Formats: sequence, C-alpha cells, structure tokens
Amino acid sequence: MIEAPAKHEGLSVLDRPNSYIGKTVPRPNLDRLMQGRGAYVSDMELPRMAHVVFLRSPHAHARIVNVDIEAARQMPGVVAVVTGKELADVITPWVGVLSHLKGLKSAPQHAIAIDRVCWQGEAVAAVVATSRALAEDAAEQVLVSYEELDAVTDMRTALDPETPVIHASLGDNLAFERVHNAGEVDQAFAASDEVVEADFVFGRHTGVTLEPRSVVADWNAAEARLTIYQGTQAPHMVQNIAALHLGLEEQQVRVVCKDVGGSFGIKVHIYADEMATYALSKLLRRPIKFVADRVESFNTDIHARDHRCKGKIGVKHDGTIIAFEIDDLTGIGPYSMYPRTSAIEANQVVNLVGGTYVTRNYRARARVVFQNKNVMCQYRAVGHPIACSVTEGLVDLAAMRIGMDPVDIRRRNLIADDAYPCSSPAGLKFERLSHHASLAKLLQMMDYGRLRAEQAELRKKGVYRGIGIASFIEVTNPSSAFYGVGGAKISSQDGVAVRLDAQGSVICQTSITEQGQGSESLTAQIVGSVLGVSMDRVRVILGDTDNTPYGGGTWASRGAGIGGEAALQAAKVLRKNILDVAAAILQSTPAELDIVESRIVNANDGALRIELKELSRIVYFRPDTLPPGIQPELMVTRHFVPREYPFAFTNGVQASWLEVDVDTGFIKLLRHWVVEDCGTIINPQLVDEQIRGGVVQGLGAALFEKCIYDERGQLTNANMADYLVPMSGEMPDIDVGHVVSPTAESELGAKGAGEAGTAGAAAAVANAVNDALKPFGAVITEIPITPQIVLAALGQI
Amino acid sequence: MTAPISILLQVNGERVDAHVLPRINLADFLREHLHLTGTHVGCEHGVCGACTVRVNGEIVRACLMLAVQAQGASVQTIEGLSDSGEIADLQEAFRNRNALQCGYCTPGMLMAAQDLLKQQLAPSRDEIRGHLSGNYCRCTGYHAIIDAIEATASARQRSPQ
Repeated sequence: MIEAPAKHEGLSVLDRPNSYIGKTVPRPNLDRLMQGRGAYVSDMELPRMAHVVFLRSPHAHARIVNVDIEAARQMPGVVAVVTGKELADVITPWVGVLSHLKGLKSAPQHAIAIDRVCWQGEAVAAVVATSRALAEDAAEQVLVSYEELDAVTDMRTALDPETPVIHASLGDNLAFERVHNAGEVDQAFAASDEVVEADFVFGRHTGVTLEPRSVVADWNAAEARLTIYQGTQAPHMVQNIAALHLGLEEQQVRVVCKDVGGSFGIKVHIYADEMATYALSKLLRRPIKFVADRVESFNTDIHARDHRCKGKIGVKHDGTIIAFEIDDLTGIGPYSMYPRTSAIEANQVVNLVGGTYVTRNYRARARVVFQNKNVMCQYRAVGHPIACSVTEGLVDLAAMRIGMDPVDIRRRNLIADDAYPCSSPAGLKFERLSHHASLAKLLQMMDYGRLRAEQAELRKKGVYRGIGIASFIEVTNPSSAFYGVGGAKISSQDGVAVRLDAQGSVICQTSITEQGQGSESLTAQIVGSVLGVSMDRVRVILGDTDNTPYGGGTWASRGAGIGGEAALQAAKVLRKNILDVAAAILQSTPAELDIVESRIVNANDGALRIELKELSRIVYFRPDTLPPGIQPELMVTRHFVPREYPFAFTNGVQASWLEVDVDTGFIKLLRHWVVEDCGTIINPQLVDEQIRGGVVQGLGAALFEKCIYDERGQLTNANMADYLVPMSGEMPDIDVGHVVSPTAESELGAKGAGEAGTAGAAAAVANAVNDALKPFGAVITEIPITPQIVLAALGQI
Repeated sequence: MTAPISILLQVNGERVDAHVLPRINLADFLREHLHLTGTHVGCEHGVCGACTVRVNGEIVRACLMLAVQAQGASVQTIEGLSDSGEIADLQEAFRNRNALQCGYCTPGMLMAAQDLLKQQLAPSRDEIRGHLSGNYCRCTGYHAIIDAIEATASARQRSPQ
C-alpha cells in the first residue's frame, strides 16, 4: 500500500491502541444469514396479512378500454380486486423531475395505470387474496380489453417527427438534454494529428437482485399509522414519499428495513407497485405483502445503461490528447423514475467523460428520450461505465492509431498526482486523486512487461489474448448537490446516536443502511475504536425510521464516508462525556484518563481505574453518589454532511487479461486487476469485496447481460435462464490493490468504494478484446460482447 | 387433483405430517408451511440455486420439486445443517473470508459447497467454480466464496472430520 502523508498531525482518534481502523475483522451478525435465520421482507408474515398480485400489461403501449373484475372477485380467497381508478382515490400520482436538471420533464405516473399502459409490465389491476397462489389464480380471471397503440421502442428515432409522442402533454419524446462546452474544441480537433471517432453501444441491463423487490405495508387504522417493511436502501426517503402521496404526515409512516437480498441501486427507488401496496394496505386496513416474482423483476425493476454514444478524440503524434467530444443518447422508458429521476445517468456521462485526463477541450451533448419500454434509472456506478468505456475506448483507439502503447498514452495524459486540487473540463472539483501512483501499482501487480511478452509468444501459436486497461474516477460521498438542491427530500446528511448502556455496552443507531456492504461492521469498528471498547460490545441498529437518526441511507458510495464520519464524531463526544464522568467519580481530570478495552485507565501508565460497566452502574442506578451538579450524558448524536466538495471523487485503474477464441467468438476471462483509492480504509477485506463484487457486475455488462426487446417493445428474455448473469465458472480471480489518499473533508478521511469495480470493468474488458483482435484489425465498441459480436467483427458471420 | 394430499416426511430429522395442495413446490412448503425461511426463493425456475436443499442426501432445487414428491423422503435445509454442526467449519470460513454480503444466496451456496466437499477432498479452484455454477451470487463476484471453500477443503484434509 502506498501511504499518502497523514493530514492530521499527531495521534488521531483512529490510531489509538487496539484500533479497528484499517483492520480486517469479520462482520457482526453473519451467522444469522449463514444459518438461514435472516429477516428478509420476503420471509415476513403478519396477522391478517394478505398478498397482492398485479395483473400487468402484455402490451408496450395500449389504451385500456375496460377492466372487468367481477369474475376475479368471486374467486376463492380473494379479498379485493382494485383498479387504478379506485386506487387513485387513496394515493396521488407523481412526476419524476428535479429542478436542478433544467428542462427535465415527465408525465404524471399512477400507482396502477388508469387509461393507458406505457410499457409491457405496467400494472393494470391489483388482486389481493389470502395467499399469493390464490391471488394469481384470480388474476387470471380479470378481463382487460386493450386497444393497442404504436410503441416507441428505438431511441434513435424517438425524436423523429413521424414517431408518435408518448405523452401528448409534453409535446415530444425528449425528457432531458444537456449540452456542455469547455475549452476550444474545434480548434483542438483542427490542431490534432489524428482524430478518431467511434460509436459506442451499451446494452440495457438490470440488477437481478437475488431477493426480488419485497414490501409488506401495514396500515393500522386505530393508530392512523402505516408501517412499511421494505428492502430499501433509503428508509427516510420512502417515509417521505409514502406520506406525501397518501396524504399523511411523515410521523404517521414508519419504514423498517431488516435484511435485504441485494440492492445495487435497484432498491433505492420507489416503484409504482410498491406505492400501490402502501395504498392497498390503507384502503383494505390490513397488512398487504408484495413480492415480485422473477418475471416481474425483469419487467419492472429499473433497467440501466442503454446508451448509444458517439465519441471523438483528438491526439498528437506524441500521444498528447487534446480534445474529447461525445454525443450521447439514452432511452429511459415512458416515465422519469421517482423521486431520483432518470436524467442522472446521462448527466453523469457528461460530467465524467475525459475526467481522468489533462485536456481542457471537451464538448458534450446528452439526450434522454422516452420509450415504451420498462423504466430506466440509477443502478450501481450510475453513468460511470458509459463514461469510462467511451473515454478509455477512445484513448485506446487513439493509441492504436498513432502506434503507442496503451500504458504510455495514459502516463502522458492522466492528471498528475501533484496537480490537486483541480477541476475537470466538466467543472468537477477534485480534491486529491492518484492516477499515476495507481497505474504504477497496477502494472507492478499484473507484471505488465511479462504479460506483453506472453501475449506475443502465444500469438505466434494462434492464441489471441488481450490486455485492457481502464482508468476511472468515481463519484462518492455526495453532498446535497446530488438531489437536495433539485428539491428532492433525499437527505445528504447522516446521523449516528451512540449510547453507553447500563452494563457498559454500546448501542449505536445509524441512519445508513445495510445490504451486505458492511455498514454495521464499519460503524462498530469506528465506534469501538474511538471509545476504546471491543466490537463485540457495540450493537448497531439501522434500517428503522422510528429508531435511527434521520439520514440518507446507503447509496452512491456514501455509507462509510458520511455515516462513518457521523459515527466517529458521535463516539468522540461520548468518549469525552464518559471521561468527564469518570474524572468526577475518580477525583481526577479527563486528560489523565483513557478508555482501553472497556476500562477507564490512567493515560500515563495504563493502570485500571474503573470498569466502564461500573461507571454505567453508578450513572444509571446510583447517580445520587455523583458530585453535585454532574449530569452525565451517556447518549450522544452527531450528524455529518460534506460541505466543501459536492462529491468526494475517488480514482482507480483496472486491467483485464483475456483470451478470444477467434473460431467461436467466446471470450475467456483469465485475470482481472484493480487498484483503487478510496482514502482511509476502514476494513480492507470489506473494501476489497466491494470492489470484486462491483467488478463482476461490470463484467456481466461487458459480456452477458442484456434485456432484449423486440421492435414491439416486448422483453424477450425476462427470465434467469435467458438473461445471462456472471456465474462462478466464468469469472476470473480478481486482484485488488490500493493507494490511499484520504479526504481532508472529514476526520475519518474515507471516501466510497462501492461502485469503483463496476465503473471500469467493462471498459477494461472491451479494451482487452480489441487488443486481442488487433492482428485482425477488428474493433468492437458494443457491449455485451457476445460471441455473435466477436464473429461479426471478425467478418465470419 | 386439487384436493390436499397427505404427506409424511422427515425434515431436519423431525417427522412432518402435512396436507398439501398438489401444486405446491417443496420450497414454498418449507417456507410457508414449516416456516423454514432459510431456503430462499430467487427465480422459481431452477436457475439461481437459492432454494438448494438436500433430499435423501442429494442436493436439489426445492423450487423444481413438488412437496408431494417428498413423500417418505428425508429433507435437510440450511437450518438443519447449521444446527447439526455439519457445516460449522464451512460457515466459519465464509465468515472469516467475508464470502457473503447480502446473504440471500448463502444457504444455497453452503449446501452446494458441502455437497462438493463430501464428494471431493481437494477440489481445484476450477472444480469449485464448476460445482457452484448453478448458484448465482450477485454481491461477491464469487472470488471470496471460492477462497472460503478452498480453505475449508484444506483444513478438512489436515484434520479429517
């Protein structure tokens, strides 16, 4: 590990003896999950709970002529059959726009469609029965007559005058457009020795969380309170939105989120069917459970990517990159998602392209169009894989054109490690990045020279292996610049409450959430380290709006950097409060005391003065024995939000080593390397596993995953057998290394790490494939790179 | 064929008498009738492996088997394997290696891994990857899972159970 100089002089609270910071320790509470004793929403049962099944449109675009629910109502076990019109009396529609995304427009969306369906899979009726199976039986008896309308499916023609407009009130199918101009782009291209252009195509794919979206909504009419049990990344956001559209106060809604079977951004949104489930519970005055089945997941979980991006790069013969230009087009389905909107990804693409490089000349246009396909929105590494694949693809094509090694062109153009702080042509502020140190470490890890020699040897034998490199930046620790400034009630701050309980253990309530990243672990590690108690005496409570401070949750790689800092600050104050009480009890001063392994000791010689347990006993049960005027506060809450930088950018670089079978088009991934700089590392193992998991999601996009629609807007592979995800047999081992540049914006210094793997993996693979195919002069700029695409590029089919 | 049928089977060593609809699959039976919710349902069409259980010693996808087909069978779920201590070392290796994140695939993974380790003392990484090909994990990228199983295999070789 290459250590950056410490920004805090002297011993920080994180360097205390027995600190857990920077140490690999197992996550608490894994036994529950390993023994099959987790508490996933799909496992939940409540008294009088009924199950809802949604009847969904088979058409991509159709007018609803009539919904006949009479026969379904007579079916066994049926509690209610509810149409969109009926439910609209309980829950109001919404429009997925934010004011900072200027010009973004969308149409009102209802929990259940009323007059018209706009994608295959949109719900047209809800059938509630005493079991899921009975509800499905009854759903078959609902008769819906449709008048099919022309479907807008191809994003390339969505804006053509002859293409129907999906929402007449909006005037056209353009949801959002952003244009950005920096530097002197035309002059730069004119001054370039070579200009390389390419069309990059990115398949639509989705998250495939292994536990489908699940919600149990429980309206207690007597309390006038709705409890929502939901696998969500952002409980307070769900609370706000549910209350807003059900006409309730936020305090009438409690959101509880226990174990979540995968999220990856899929579960950071609020879906129409979830809104409908909340409303049904209120309407029917009983708990209602909705668990998407796998077909519904494919048809209604947000899809992501689906971009067509024209890219252009200008380069000098010496390898200096002097301009980037992109024209990006993406189709987002019929509605901008709510409440985060579907314009963020395209906006991110504009922000991120070229962001790793020195050149100031950058022109970009991004257009976001409506289509009659499933909704599209933010999924892990929002926009990053697009921006990284376009940028790094162009850089490799430029290097190929001028005959330069891919490493050399990057060394020449990556922003220097001593150039910070600085900003990108898109206006992003970089506090401190480490592109060159990261690249150097990567080359060392992969033994680049040896690998190149091996590649050349094998090529003589007709074995075509490729090396692909991709540098990237990642947006983490977002401030309110992401959503708050646009009017969304999505908190960018997080809070942590820490208290010493009556037996000297620590209870910690945090507003970040856990979906397996290790939020509980990092919180316990930080609190335990600062306080001087062992992790097994720190219990972390999260995922409950009634029982945690208010905060954003876990998304956009923000949990460790923001929630972790709140935990640190809360624990520091609690530590001070404990030492104040101890000093009073011991007739000493706080400065002379320390807390080590749950005991108050002398700071100078470590001698035991009093057990924390005993201090707790005195405070809670014999406060009468404390000196007059002492009121101990053994519970402390602190909040944190980044203020100086809108985002804490991280950086890294990935490399892929693979083999292409030029006869079959199959690609075998042999090895993958990542060097990543997320600042302070709280738990190395957890960071590495976030990176690895993220890489594999990027590899899925690179080689396998695609939602295949036909021209009528029918999703043709909405099942796990036909939609390919990475399986263990196809995945390589992944080596992860680090460079550490802590952010000075927090005492903890942690930036995010959750999306870095996904950001650069596909770019590295695509570059490696093109490297492998170099002898054939074949270039591929489309993912997923299926055998068909390889063979087509080779002219074999 | 829609009336409930009585079945008698052993689940985790306990006798279970039940009346089940012919259409209910074994996964739903375990989850909804017996409340053994460690058997997870990921795809309901036999692809993802989250519902892997052991029936008469062989691992099967509980979503592809009807409950009535388990008549007379001995079924073991993740709860049973955990309580018997059979996979305690494997679970320990998963914990130490952080071979799970959300944990939804984990019961099925552990079932499949134990199945492999019973058949093969020292599987290679490729063999481990091959054996787990029918168990999807969306969080870990598999590397840590392979490491944990490899470590368990080595430990068991050093001190056979």
